[in-house]
Amino acid sequence: MTRKLYAFNGGIHPEGHKDVSNAAPIRSMPLLARYVVPLRQHIGSPARALVQAGDTVLRGQRIAAAEGYVSTAVHAPTSGRVTAVELHPVPHPSGLYDVCVVIESDGLDQGLEFQPLDWKALEPSALRNRLRDAGLAGLGGAVFPSYIKLNPGAARGLDTLILNGAECEPWITCDDRLMRERAGEILQGVAVMRHMLGAREVLIGIEDNKPEAIAALRAAVVAGEAEIVTVPTVYPGGAGKQLTYTLTGRENPAGARSTDIGVQVFNVGTAHALYRAVVLGEPMLSRIVTVTGHVARPGNFEVLLGTPVRDLIQAAGGALAGASGEVVGGPMMGFDLMDLAAPITKAVNCIIVKDRAHFPARAPALPCIRCGACARACPAKLQPFELYWFSRAKDFGKTQAYKLFDCIECGCCSFVCPSHIPLVDFYRFAKSEIWEREQHKSGADQARARHEFKEFRLEREKQEKAEKLAAKVAENRARDASADPQAQAKHALVQAAMERAKKAREGIAPLNTEHLPAAAEKEIAEIEARRHATEAANQETAGRE
Amino acid sequence: MLSAILVMAGIGLVLGGVLGWAAIKYRVADDPLVEKIDAILPQTQCGQCGFPGCKPYAEAIAKGDADINLCPPGGEEGAKRLAELLGVEAKPLGEGLEPKPKSVAVIDDQTCIGCTLCIQACPVDAIVGAAKQLHVIVASQCTGCELCLPPCPVDCIRMEVVKEDLASWKWRYPIHAMRRVA
Amino acid sequence: MENYLLILIATVFVNNIVMSKILGLCPFLGVSRKLETAIGMGAATTFVLTLGSGASSLIDTYLLGQDLAYLRTLSFIVVIAGIVGFTEMFIKKTSPVLFRVLGIYLPLITTNCAVLGIPLLNVQEQHNFVESLFYGLGGSLGFTLVLVLFAAMRERLEAADVPKPFKGISIAMVTAGLMSLAFMGFAGLIK
Repeated sequence: MTRKLYAFNGGIHPEGHKDVSNAAPIRSMPLLARYVVPLRQHIGSPARALVQAGDTVLRGQRIAAAEGYVSTAVHAPTSGRVTAVELHPVPHPSGLYDVCVVIESDGLDQGLEFQPLDWKALEPSALRNRLRDAGLAGLGGAVFPSYIKLNPGAARGLDTLILNGAECEPWITCDDRLMRERAGEILQGVAVMRHMLGAREVLIGIEDNKPEAIAALRAAVVAGEAEIVTVPTVYPGGAGKQLTYTLTGRENPAGARSTDIGVQVFNVGTAHALYRAVVLGEPMLSRIVTVTGHVARPGNFEVLLGTPVRDLIQAAGGALAGASGEVVGGPMMGFDLMDLAAPITKAVNCIIVKDRAHFPARAPALPCIRCGACARACPAKLQPFELYWFSRAKDFGKTQAYKLFDCIECGCCSFVCPSHIPLVDFYRFAKSEIWEREQHKSGADQARARHEFKEFRLEREKQEKAEKLAAKVAENRARDASADPQAQAKHALVQAAMERAKKAREGIAPLNTEHLPAAAEKEIAEIEARRHATEAANQETAGRE
Repeated sequence: MLSAILVMAGIGLVLGGVLGWAAIKYRVADDPLVEKIDAILPQTQCGQCGFPGCKPYAEAIAKGDADINLCPPGGEEGAKRLAELLGVEAKPLGEGLEPKPKSVAVIDDQTCIGCTLCIQACPVDAIVGAAKQLHVIVASQCTGCELCLPPCPVDCIRMEVVKEDLASWKWRYPIHAMRRVA
Repeated sequence: MENYLLILIATVFVNNIVMSKILGLCPFLGVSRKLETAIGMGAATTFVLTLGSGASSLIDTYLLGQDLAYLRTLSFIVVIAGIVGFTEMFIKKTSPVLFRVLGIYLPLITTNCAVLGIPLLNVQEQHNFVESLFYGLGGSLGFTLVLVLFAAMRERLEAADVPKPFKGISIAMVTAGLMSLAFMGFAGLIK
């Protein structure tokens, strides 16, 4: 049962360091006093918090709901009290803070009752909505909400479903251990995926440096369920597009999705999480994380999402003397952790504690000598040196012409560069600049539309006013001209009415003299009479003079 | 002598005829260049360029009445792109025109008296409210033009610089140590 | 037929109008900042030059002859100006951006020494009408080729580490000099 494999362009063979952490079985962690659960653990818009400070939560309770299409839910990892929903350090290359739900554990770890889903009977869209509410996101690193990828779309029936067990980055062994220990559960997850997508064949690609995992899956698989394919160990053989090419010989056209060529790729960890969500009915509460490098007892841990990195490293025996920082993810694509208080999220598959021997300071860069080593190493068949020149000169139009967005940022070019130029940093810079520009452009387009509408509205209002005025004037004129005697009579009537009103106004007595007792009325009448008399007398004297 | 005059006159007549025909045949109704310039301008409608909006400024540039470096919200970057479009040398922003960090206007709900003056001033209808009701600025639509500041009788509008968060964070331009060779 | 092919090759490579005759340097340095612009300018010049070359040849043979030879330059300029005027209107209609980008260089095709030079060289070399057409076509293709090559190089120079004193037009001049040297390699290709 040998399958023809295809070799993609380039790739590198960095030292694996897998044996540091792949010997020991997956360990669980003691319950902590405090968990910090970020609302943005996936690609897309952050989840909307459903709890506030002071609320009590149970394990598995949904504490934030998916907001928008590309989003997924977040759950409480244990029972306890929400102490805050606030900005907190998160694992991100920027070191910026993000909104997190901080949960103080009550130590009881009371959970909700999880109901298994009847996935064979459920309506596909209902099933997908359940997965969205279960917080499922791809565990390979991109953390794209799984329910979207599990939608077969209009083209019902996928050619090939690929399970990615390649795990090509050095140091990381979480998928390796998962496949060794939970092969049966992964395959149950695969069955659900296959049902949802209607895939004709299932391929599980595993690099040949993981013979135990291959054996475990081969032992667990039922014939016809899936094919376990051993692929050669080469970085980045576990990148989605590269693994697809290796297994099927099908290449993603620039800018196309994998479904366009009839393929969908999932990480084995995602299949396991799907098994839990569907067969056990349990939302995504934990993941396997490799803790390796310069720590006392490296290995893999089943870590509740929201566990601070500091506690995780502590569980691995703590960092050894001479540790020089931590990397989140692998050494090729990962980033330096800024704050140990940052929690483990759905995206974090590995924490490497660095030491100087394995992670020396980066050599100072020399000028590019145009050797072309980067182009030979590039698995996406790009020309990294051109991309470098244009990114550096901030000529972003040219970088796009050279297909910057097909770069998977695998780091092969930086790895082989004899001048030690941090090439990928330039591509990331160029990409985020281009994204920002697109955003500005769409913002400007909106502003233009709104401004133009406002001007149109003002113009319309002005016109309407003018028309109304003109109509009124015309009406008045017409009336004046046509019904002259009548109008005059009316005018006289109006005048007379106005006169009457004026007189009436003059005749009104001051208000504070109304409703007075009879004695007071009488008194006032007397005073009035006296005043009239004096007035009359005064007038008489005045008239005589 | 006469033949020379005739020859030149003949050439002139023929060419004149051809050009006259071409002028009618290839008449350009309006200038699509304005649209292209307008697409580069940031659409804040702030009027700092001295024109009553982005479109009038674009028209002025297309006609050659205005320089390309009068738009502070567009910054050097915008001037550079205009220069590229028009095939002229890029130049720094004009005197007294400084680009400011992107900010949005915020109304203080304690002092707002609901006079609607700012609503009338907003070029993009980003302020919501009615007479004697508290006004609110839709932050996502605010272009930061500051045109609502002067009309407010109680000075309850202030500009707030937009802070960087995870969604808007950008990778910085890599600054790496270059080893000096010789 | 072979004759025409020889004229084409000779004018494009061997006697390149910019690189070996040093004509038309003004647009060569002026509109070579971007590749698209260079292609547009090349196309416009090719159109004007081929047409102008043919028209001038006809005028010289049938209208001027030996008697009115003193009107040659004058009439050629008038004809070329007419064709440029036509091209200008055409480009303004079909590609306003190119029109704006070419800017002053488009009407300046009129006074482009290459455009006047080729019809005059035609007379000097005693080319007939068809030969003149080919000579004009070849000359302008050579001009376009050099302009496009040069623009592509200048685009790269924008992204390169050029020492500060050499930035901009200075490095462009150095590059043009090197290109001219390279084109001297074609000398002796024909005859």
